[in-house]
Amino acid sequence: MAKHPKLAEWEENELAKSLSRFPERKAKFTNHGGDEIPRLATPETIDEHYLDNLGFPGQYPYTRGVQPTMHRGRLWTMRQYAGFSSAAESNKRYRYLLDQGTTGLSVAFDLPTQIGYDSDDQMSIGEVGKVGVAIDSLADMETLFDQIPLDKVSTSMTINSPAAVLLAMYVAVGEKQGVAPKDIQGTIQNDILKEYVARGTYIFPPKPSLRLITNIFQWCGQNTPAFNTISISGYHIREAGSTAAQEVAFTLANGCTYVQTALDAGLELDVFARRLAFFFNASSDLLEEVAKFRAARRLWARLMKERFGAKNKASLMLRFHTQTAGNTLTAQQIDNNIVRVTIQALAAVLGGTQSLHTNSKDEAHSLPTEESVRTALRTQQVLAHESGVVDTIDPLAGSYYIESLTDKIERDALALIDKIEESGGVVKCIEDGFIQRQIENAAYQYQMEIERGERIIVGVNKFQIQEEKKPPLLRVAPEVEESQIAKLTEVKNNRNNEQVASLLARLETAAQGDDNLMPFIYDCVKEYATLGEICNVLRKVFGEYKDRG
Amino acid sequence: MGSTQKYRVLIGKPGLDGHDRGAKFIARALRDAGFEVVYTGIRRSPEEIAAAAVQEDVDAVGLSSLSGAHMRLFPAVVEALAHAGAPEIPVLGGGVIPEEDIVALKAAGIVEIFTPGTPIDTIISAYRDACEKKSTG
Repeated sequence: MAKHPKLAEWEENELAKSLSRFPERKAKFTNHGGDEIPRLATPETIDEHYLDNLGFPGQYPYTRGVQPTMHRGRLWTMRQYAGFSSAAESNKRYRYLLDQGTTGLSVAFDLPTQIGYDSDDQMSIGEVGKVGVAIDSLADMETLFDQIPLDKVSTSMTINSPAAVLLAMYVAVGEKQGVAPKDIQGTIQNDILKEYVARGTYIFPPKPSLRLITNIFQWCGQNTPAFNTISISGYHIREAGSTAAQEVAFTLANGCTYVQTALDAGLELDVFARRLAFFFNASSDLLEEVAKFRAARRLWARLMKERFGAKNKASLMLRFHTQTAGNTLTAQQIDNNIVRVTIQALAAVLGGTQSLHTNSKDEAHSLPTEESVRTALRTQQVLAHESGVVDTIDPLAGSYYIESLTDKIERDALALIDKIEESGGVVKCIEDGFIQRQIENAAYQYQMEIERGERIIVGVNKFQIQEEKKPPLLRVAPEVEESQIAKLTEVKNNRNNEQVASLLARLETAAQGDDNLMPFIYDCVKEYATLGEICNVLRKVFGEYKDRG
Repeated sequence: MGSTQKYRVLIGKPGLDGHDRGAKFIARALRDAGFEVVYTGIRRSPEEIAAAAVQEDVDAVGLSSLSGAHMRLFPAVVEALAHAGAPEIPVLGGGVIPEEDIVALKAAGIVEIFTPGTPIDTIISAYRDACEKKSTG
């Protein structure tokens, strides 16, 4: 049968262009018997329905992937979220991970850092260095990236409310290493809306928070064009208990809110939209998750094109990081978690992820040990190099079930997005608790199914055993808090305090007006003003958000 | 529970941890089991939680933490309750808490600690026992 003209067109254009710039990882992909594995399987008859809803990889609506060669061209970035205790300890873990073949860093900050408190703040007691690394000033950031070349390694930072401050510190460390801002690569999470509904590390009310985000979009567009300015996250919404369709709906609704806010501030869509990234959860329902990723990709492309009128192809592409679902890890029979993570990671890969974090088996007990982190990374490597699922693009496409589920998730998510829109938008739906209630109801229903034994969790409500052996735990020494405070005091004693005070005063004035705050924050961090000092200035001007309870 | 008595419980999230799926589930499950439940919302200090417990005149306080700060924060709530003149209010807790910490937490006055996978019925009856014990002094 003759090749469909659209397929031939794709091969001559998107595919050929991609292959000439980035050759595939192998000249020929073969199975054990030497048979060649096709790059892309398509239906016998390519019809309008196929072209409208699936198309070819790297082509609108991107259902089959954002790149023409997907994982045949480049594997996803294996990016393990890590960080604990002091900057020096975390730096050691990063260098270990890089030695073990991890290909990008992902920084976990402790809660005081995420909420803009210095380690010596009353609010920080007991939390310093616990769930991530404590960063008080540029001095800590210099230690964190010691001997890690910022022009070679891309770094993702899970930081939201104070994202501007940590981004400024990161750029400043790069400059000290001799790396120009335009050459730094990575991502800041910078997604405040989901903090109000699911994750909890907000500082300021929605309006000034959205201003900071737009400031970052604009500043990065001019200074760090290779940096992803936001990672619009469904991960935590799902962890809080949402369904798969709700995860897509609330995430993309948040995305639309950021886009609209930036447009309202006069930014140009096709300049900032290409630097928007996404972050999803991979849970255990393998087929539903694969369909979810495909549906999210298609729906975002359609929203950007049809509702916002994006022209640039890069503006339409939903590129995403995935993390396996922490809430599915059990404290019982922890080796079973390796199997859960494998299924979840497989879903992410089959769904066309650009980067992936695999959880470690012991995380229902505490932070993971080095050994369990290695197994989690090896899980990705086995999928990448042994499973064969990366050799052909979007292999589940065309399955009756997968395609109908992809359609359904897209439909359900769009209906919810429209409902939010009709109810006054995301911010209003957060303020009146509509989104939180939807998530809570889904979470409650799910947990009750487990409690009633209608949903089986292996080792928890069925197949239990008496366990004697306790897993080895990684503990953060309580001395970390003291030594971090000592370090902070030293920084404050050795900087130009007059200069710091005057820069903080300038920031305060700017915050009261309409200027982009990034340059002011950047000046402050370079003089070793602390994260807490900067955030306190902004608290004074913007006020604080409080959970409704 | 006795049909004549409706127990009141405060569910609190001390510290900076934002993981509230568990706390919200426990609050709702207790409500469905007939308790009156007040949920504080996230990011409350031990003093705020104690003050709310006194003000709401509760029979028990339940705490949730998943950030590893439980060794500092749970005993701090017990102390804050004593300072607030309500040492008789029992405190229960749950979250990602290593087994080896449970003994120390109980020694610090926490009545019961629940770790992931505990059936909800076990948790509800522990709250009922704690409330009953308090009211019978």
